[in-house]
Amino acid sequence: MARPLAPRIETLLWTAQRASAAALGLCVAVHLVTIVLAVRGGLSAAEILARTRGGITWLLFYGLFVVAVAIHAPIGLRSILRETTAWRGRSLDLACGLFALALVVFGWRAVGGLFR
Amino acid sequence: MPADGGTLEVRVWRGGAEGRYVPYAVPRRQSQTVLDAVSYIQRHLDASLSYRFACRVGMCGSCAMTVNGKPRWTCRTHVAKVARGGALTVGPLRNLPVIKDLACDMAPFFDKWAKAEGRFRPPTEPARDFVPVRPASPARQAADAGIECIGCAVCYAACDVVAANPDYLGPAALNRAWTLVNDVRDAGQRERLAAVAGDAGCHACHSQQGCREYCPKHLNPTAAIAGLKRVTARAALKGEI
Repeated sequence: MARPLAPRIETLLWTAQRASAAALGLCVAVHLVTIVLAVRGGLSAAEILARTRGGITWLLFYGLFVVAVAIHAPIGLRSILRETTAWRGRSLDLACGLFALALVVFGWRAVGGLFR
Repeated sequence: MPADGGTLEVRVWRGGAEGRYVPYAVPRRQSQTVLDAVSYIQRHLDASLSYRFACRVGMCGSCAMTVNGKPRWTCRTHVAKVARGGALTVGPLRNLPVIKDLACDMAPFFDKWAKAEGRFRPPTEPARDFVPVRPASPARQAADAGIECIGCAVCYAACDVVAANPDYLGPAALNRAWTLVNDVRDAGQRERLAAVAGDAGCHACHSQQGCREYCPKHLNPTAAIAGLKRVTARAALKGEI
């Protein structure tokens, strides 16, 4: 049987997931309000992009959003998989780590598309 | 106990992990408890029925069973409260190995109390003086809130996390650990916090509160586990575990 992670690391993962959940709560609310306002305001995709390009505030906001997702989702997925399947150990930890990396890479790529 | 007229149909689990529910007709009586009904079956209808009880007054925690699908202490559960249409279904507790009929093997349950460092650890140096413990202090209040656990395993049977993750320490062991975390005399806090952290410990709890819902002593293990989450998070951030 694979050796479990140290209690400290498990606890820090749990803490990181809760902290990222708090950040996500704020990010999702801001994102939804922004989308609703933009759509109701009749902005086209090109007009939205014209407003986000070069905007450091949007870059930082969505960059943080991506980081919060990349922390929150893989830790939660790891817990769900351990609870509902027999998958445990280093291979699961590695897979969830790669999932986090993919979220960061693809998320920041999308944010870059808004900024450039 | 005077007869109250009528008959109660009691379906009782017979067998081990594999088995079936067998119906018995039990005379209905006033103030009859589920344990009274089970005892009637064992004494008058089938002496081979296995079950466990001791005090009959809600102190020992040994008579817990699954009654109509819910974990309950049977000595303090009145038939009138739980019978549906004059019938009861009584089975062994969930999440524990069945030895025979209504008797479960409690060893995994109590082993987890030991794994959670659920015992008082005195300091290595002999105490030179009394440790003042103010009854009104927040730590003592937190300990008092969970100290009346009778170890009946009702919370353990009610917990869906235990069902999904058999390694999970469970509400009772974690509640016990929380009472000791709040014991200022205890010298084993670092080991205890390390023992209760992680996937098999407090961080696995989903706060569904099944333990709180069914605890016959009206304790709140979910709150105790939330306390452990807070304290272990602080300890992990400080590098103490």
